[in-house]
Amino acid sequence: MDFISILSIFVLACFVGYYVVWSVTPALHTPLMAVTNAISSVIIVGALIAAAAAGSPGSKWLGLGAVVLASINIFGGFAVTARMLAMYQKKGR
Amino acid sequence: MEHVAQNPWVALAYLVAGVCFILALRGLSHPTTSVRGNRLGMAGMLIAVVTTLATHDLANMVEIGGAILIGAVIGLVAARRIAMTAMPQLVAAFHSLVGLAAVLVAAAAFLNPLAFDIAELVTPMIGEPFAAIHPASRVEMILGIAIGAITFSGSVIAFLKLNGNMGGKPILLPARHWINLAVLLAMLFYGASFYWSQGPGDFWIVTALAFALGFLLIIPIGGADMPVVVSMLNSYSGWAAAAMGFTLHNTAMIITGALVGASGAILSYIMCRAMNRSFVSVIAGGFGAVADAGSAQAIDRPWKRGSADDAAFLMQQAEQVIIVPGYGMAVAQAQHALREMADLLKAQGVRVKYAIHPVAGRMPGHMNVLLAEANVPYEEVFELEDINAEFAQTDVAFVIGANDVTNPSAKTDKSSPIYGMPVLDVEKAKTVLFIKRSMGGVGYAGVDNELFYRDNTMMLLADAKKMVEEIVKALGH
Repeated sequence: MDFISILSIFVLACFVGYYVVWSVTPALHTPLMAVTNAISSVIIVGALIAAAAAGSPGSKWLGLGAVVLASINIFGGFAVTARMLAMYQKKGR
Repeated sequence: MEHVAQNPWVALAYLVAGVCFILALRGLSHPTTSVRGNRLGMAGMLIAVVTTLATHDLANMVEIGGAILIGAVIGLVAARRIAMTAMPQLVAAFHSLVGLAAVLVAAAAFLNPLAFDIAELVTPMIGEPFAAIHPASRVEMILGIAIGAITFSGSVIAFLKLNGNMGGKPILLPARHWINLAVLLAMLFYGASFYWSQGPGDFWIVTALAFALGFLLIIPIGGADMPVVVSMLNSYSGWAAAAMGFTLHNTAMIITGALVGASGAILSYIMCRAMNRSFVSVIAGGFGAVADAGSAQAIDRPWKRGSADDAAFLMQQAEQVIIVPGYGMAVAQAQHALREMADLLKAQGVRVKYAIHPVAGRMPGHMNVLLAEANVPYEEVFELEDINAEFAQTDVAFVIGANDVTNPSAKTDKSSPIYGMPVLDVEKAKTVLFIKRSMGGVGYAGVDNELFYRDNTMMLLADAKKMVEEIVKALGH
């Protein structure tokens, strides 16, 4: 992909983000922060590439470290969001 | 491996992951769709991780599995154990991890650029062949590591302040704006130098300076402004992910980065608007540094004190009671007792509603989560603009642990530091019951509250939880 295509995706995603986030109800702003935290750990993709590659041991260990950190965030972020959202569900009854 | 990124199925998989993340946030528009949204988020993450693992030669599968397992255990334990009142600290801690992970990934990409497909192997006439990183990737890489490092050190400070390991008072260095500017200029200089030379020295200097800048940016910001800081760091963690997405040409990362960046920026904006402060003034810091000015003569003014029995009686007689919770409720852990009180009132035919100010608590939406934890029905909880007109037709406004967000002088007193801040019109209710530990203390903004001395205000001086429990007892018989 050339730089302009990537930039286009980025700019359009910023607009999507803008409208989607404004539609989030203020009551769910804390879960919003927790879940954005979890999804921003998609940088685990970069961490996995570094950890999987042979060649540079330094890079491999940095990658593995990043995999640990991102995993904490992914599992912790989604789990804590689920826990909070479950509290909102009980009210339905 | 070099042409893996060109495989359309791989690119498509990352795109699907990105769309899942968009739908995850979209689900949060209502509590009923939010759980499905969260699951879509998990699905997106799974797609991204599996796609990455499936398309790369895995030299170290066992180590990777172990690393994921360690992270999963730590993350799940933290998520299960954390108290809802401590959510702001947890989120700050998670932000710091995203920041640090971005730093590590950028550093790994710098050390082994061929694995990331961002460099050409160049064989010079003399000497060893080396990997020349593409110029655009150099920029993206240095941006990623700088934003990541700022996010990390800034979040660590925010965590320490929120967790009480560090005082909430702003720490003001002399000439701090000049120091920050100097650090920023130095980063630009070494960043530019890295662009031309690809030198490791420049790379690590920029990283170190970015760590320092994150630290310097957050220490002057006071406890009352933490909701803005947490949102801002949320935004930064997104931009860091986006920068890495540019480096790796990965759509899932770019879409997510943009979403998270936009989300944090909007939340910061909402918080600033709710405090009538500009983003620049929050970042400049120092708010809340000048406390206790003018509170000495204020103590002498007459005010009324009530008991739990008075409060119970007044509320039983009421047609409608609006409860205004604030951070003090969270500190006293009074939310469960409060819901019990509301249940008793409802059983006696009183209409009970909750009014939430956007900056009540230490992070956006914090009060809502605490009330949800205490099983308060979602339909009874209202935002400032939806309920403010109702105070005039309300018999009792019950303020528990909130202070500055109810101060009427924000509407009238131009000299007040909180002038212009949107506040809840509690004083328009027939009676205001105000729970407060003692008359001495002031809110986070360091201003006295005009409301205490109104004719229709009754002060209930006690620990919030104890007072509510006593009211519950009084309502019981």
